[in-house]
Amino acid sequence: MTDIQYLAPRTLDEAVQAFAASSGKGRILAGGTDLLVQMRAGTVTPHTIIDIKKIGEMTAIEETAGGGFRVGAGVSGAILREHPKLKKVWPGVVEAANLIGSTQIQGRATAGGNLCNGSPAGDSVPAMVAAGAIVTIQGPKGRRELPVEAVPKGPGRLNLEPGEIVVSFTLPARPKGSSDAYLRMIPRTEMDIAVVGCGVSLTLEKGVCTAARVGLGAVAPTVLLVEGAAKALIGSKLDEAALDKAANACRAACRPIDDKRGTIAYRTQIAGVLLKRTAAIAAERAGRN
Amino acid sequence: MSTTTTTTAGDDNKWIGKRTVRPDGADKVTGRAAYAADTNMPGMIWGKVLRSPHPHARIKSINTAKAEAHPGVKAVVTAKDVVDFPIAKSVMLGIQDMRWMCRNVMAREKALFVGHPVAAVAATSEKIAAEACKLIEVEYEVLPFVIDVEEAMKPDAPVLHDHITFEGKPSNIAGKLEHKLGDVGEGFAKADVIIERSFRTQPVHQGYIEPHACLVSVSDGKATIWSSSQGQFMVRAMCAYLTGIPQNDIRAIPAEIGGGFGGKTIVYLEPVATLLAKKSGRPVKMAMTRTEVFHASGPTSGSYSKVKLGATKDGKIVAGEGTYCLQAGALPGSPIRGAAGCAFAPYDIPNVHSVGYDVVSNRSKVAAYRAPGAPIGAYAVECVMDELAEALKMDPLQLRLKNAAKQGTKAAHGPTFPRIGFVETIEEAIAHPHYKTPLAKPKNGVLHGRGVASGFWFNAGGESSAQVNVNEDGTVVVITGHPDIGGSRASTANIVAEVLGIDYRKVSVLIGDTSVIGFSNLTGGSRVTYASAMVVTQSTENVIGQLKARAAKIWKIDPEAVIWENGEARPAGDNAGKFEPMTLGQLAAQANATGGPIGAGTQLNTTGAEGGFATHVCDVEVDPELGIVRVLRYTSFQDVGRAIHPGYVEGQMQGGAAQGIGWALSEEYIYDKNGKLDNPSFLDYRMPVTSDLPMLDTVIIEVPNPKHPQGVRGVGEVPLVPPLAAVSNAIHNALGQRFYSLPMSPPKVLAALESKTAKAA
Ligand SMILES: Cc1cc2nc3c(=O)[nH]c(=O)nc-3n(C[C@H](O)[C@H](O)[C@H](O)COP(=O)(O)OP(=O)(O)OC[C@H]3O[C@@H](n4cnc5c(N)ncnc54)[C@H](O)[C@@H]3O)c2cc1C
Repeated sequence: MTDIQYLAPRTLDEAVQAFAASSGKGRILAGGTDLLVQMRAGTVTPHTIIDIKKIGEMTAIEETAGGGFRVGAGVSGAILREHPKLKKVWPGVVEAANLIGSTQIQGRATAGGNLCNGSPAGDSVPAMVAAGAIVTIQGPKGRRELPVEAVPKGPGRLNLEPGEIVVSFTLPARPKGSSDAYLRMIPRTEMDIAVVGCGVSLTLEKGVCTAARVGLGAVAPTVLLVEGAAKALIGSKLDEAALDKAANACRAACRPIDDKRGTIAYRTQIAGVLLKRTAAIAAERAGRN
Repeated sequence: MSTTTTTTAGDDNKWIGKRTVRPDGADKVTGRAAYAADTNMPGMIWGKVLRSPHPHARIKSINTAKAEAHPGVKAVVTAKDVVDFPIAKSVMLGIQDMRWMCRNVMAREKALFVGHPVAAVAATSEKIAAEACKLIEVEYEVLPFVIDVEEAMKPDAPVLHDHITFEGKPSNIAGKLEHKLGDVGEGFAKADVIIERSFRTQPVHQGYIEPHACLVSVSDGKATIWSSSQGQFMVRAMCAYLTGIPQNDIRAIPAEIGGGFGGKTIVYLEPVATLLAKKSGRPVKMAMTRTEVFHASGPTSGSYSKVKLGATKDGKIVAGEGTYCLQAGALPGSPIRGAAGCAFAPYDIPNVHSVGYDVVSNRSKVAAYRAPGAPIGAYAVECVMDELAEALKMDPLQLRLKNAAKQGTKAAHGPTFPRIGFVETIEEAIAHPHYKTPLAKPKNGVLHGRGVASGFWFNAGGESSAQVNVNEDGTVVVITGHPDIGGSRASTANIVAEVLGIDYRKVSVLIGDTSVIGFSNLTGGSRVTYASAMVVTQSTENVIGQLKARAAKIWKIDPEAVIWENGEARPAGDNAGKFEPMTLGQLAAQANATGGPIGAGTQLNTTGAEGGFATHVCDVEVDPELGIVRVLRYTSFQDVGRAIHPGYVEGQMQGGAAQGIGWALSEEYIYDKNGKLDNPSFLDYRMPVTSDLPMLDTVIIEVPNPKHPQGVRGVGEVPLVPPLAAVSNAIHNALGQRFYSLPMSPPKVLAALESKTAKAA
């Protein structure tokens, strides 16, 4: 552990260059709340660490011209929480990111790290998926964009090219009557890992759901965008029948594993329960917007 | 929510019973307290353990040549370096059999669980030591393994130890213990209602925050050991037995301890580090990772048990029968005495038959955990009590009250109880607002329930030593031989201040190492405040005798004519003469002129520790869609004899309840199909966090122990005895459904609810 090179570049270009040059032996360091734990456990042994917290674009929250937001991948949960507008427009995204860890962890942990760690149980990811966030990526070959759900490839694996860094998440502007929410099931009240996570974003017009997206975490090798559930909600008044249909679509989408954290049967059943509860919170919030 | 104290102990005390400032507090909150891993030495190197990857394998050979040749490596040890205790002859040291201890610290013939130490390396850095471990070549003959207690008892189970037989056949049943009272056959024949149920519990870890760690220096054949344990004398003796160094050449220095709960009444690293230090000539530090703590240090047993209770229509229990099969882990020694012995002890039952089986399997050897075995015993009995109350249409506390053990009751495990406070715990619970407050109505599908349970723990006396010295300035230093885990320094200072009649702040209490204070047994069994108080009181009274003699000398009167009152020597009455009282400070200042330093030590094998009883009331809410159970309100009622320091007593009561709630709801050892523990971290080994629990209320009941100078009974263990059943009974009350196995985790609760709905449909 003594022979690690630590770099803290001030520009994205330098970071990309260094990352690409590390030829697979480098790691990006955001909050480090996953990376340092993994290094300590000996599961990753990087030769170079590239800290991205000194890069302006990656640590800023900006409002876009159309009324959306661009959230730097290196923004901590604590900073996210303090943004005056973001939590009004995207309360579900903020609450999901703020569920990560504890007060101490919140001071460090980022949504970028949560996504790039590649865990199907990352809390902010289903909320970002529901929000329709677009991820900006920069690498040796330049910049590109991907919908957030296209970034994870499998547990711990990403659809990123060597040297590519996640720069920011762009959250779209919201029509009137829109909101979002995130709920997770954990056996404890804190300091636990989602057994199921569910993000719902929707728009209501005169009580009718006109747009919806549903993200589900911890029930498959990657976080899922559940289009069937969204379809069941759109056009409905979020009545019991529509919610049941959406819940069943969530359950049908599950491809979980039986492990120490939960059984297949349990995760599948809970996915539907959380969909209903999360949709109810999102709808209640949307009604106020 | 609040704490209350009900006392029959009288309260004209100045210090005993007061919430004095804890002497270790400031150091702990500022990070200055020196725990085991905080001591360093010049020239120090690092030890690391190579652990078995197999749950069961014969060790055919170990080749350490490559590791020894690795640059930076200073010593390598294997079982060859550890003193062997041949299987044929049992050598007991305290509660541990050295045959098993020597094989637990370093695998000998066989590796018996994943994580079992096979060799250890000391090198100039942790990293090099870890690298060198990988260079050790161990040839294993992998054997079939068994993890589960019921599986291990089957006739065709892989047998761990060839020499262990049961009923004439090789077996994993390493021991049996039986308590009998009356005739259960006759008893059950008289019963109108009989309920018999089986229960399963999972092993649970003590969960101390500080992992095992030590630093050992050996020079000129003499070893100094800094380590965190529940007894420096245990560390010294164990290391002497396992390394061959005589006890006079070992000095064991107790570090501040970051939790033990019984799990540090045993050694893992100390003898290994001693051997490495001896071999390398360098001080050696070793510290376990959390993963190592989970893989290789003791949890308490998992269990399978069966309990049967019979009662007449009027609610009198006439017979009780229990069978407890406890996992010992890889080597014998599960707490069957606590399970079979404590299970029925709260009740006056004329006919009892209680049996415990000690069963080995391929998991880490169990270590003591608060009231070892007793929570397992009580879980089964107290759940059956709840069903009995339901069948008899009786309030569950009234059923307990009707059958409660009291002075004169003969317990199945032997004693006839003297004055005990069990009835008081039930009466207080019945009268408490908690028990009278109606449960909340179901809301948004969430259901509420209330459960109760009681429990017993033996408590213990045993060997303790103390020295009380008066300083030149009139302050006092007390040295005892027990690591302070539950506040014994503060309690000891309260007692000395009270007996001497001086300010608490003038008394400092220190924990002596093995070279400065006489033998003192483990901090365990809820014995320290009990036994320390006796030796400390006796020493202090001796000091008072000396102080009176000094005053008498100065006044030139008879020592009998001097009394000690409010921290001063006074003439006993007018006949004794007219002298101004002399304070402790004044007498201390003149000590040299009146005969030299003032101080006294006492060493005793204390007896008369009487049993502790508790009754708990628990409210839960259950979210039936998620299967989540949350504890909403929890009150513990406990007879503590005398609360020397109520703040610490409450801490013990709350801590036990918290650990019991974790045991009931979320903690478990999960093994993969290869026999390896799959959740060796606090992320997946789910101990409750603060936000999982409500404020845990406590009602301290004081029925003084007549055999103790301050009336103390043990406090620290019985709080963990009732919670498993209290939570389980509360869940039944909420759902109308009973669970017979722990933990009652969300997947289990949901699955049970779904199968019930399916059956109903
Ligand atoms: C005590 C504790 C509690 C936790 N609780 C939760 C929880 O409740 N919910 C939850 O979801 N997680 C939890 N976590 C995990 C962790 O905190 C989160 O995943 C967090 O979001 C990671 O963010 P980070 O900035 O710390 O990531 P880092 O550790 O810095 O990075 C994580 C991984 O992503 C890579 N990476 C980081 N940023 C980028 C980037 N911009 N581009 C490319 N690669 C990048 C890193 O190289 C690394 O491999 C917990 C962790 C701890 C220690």
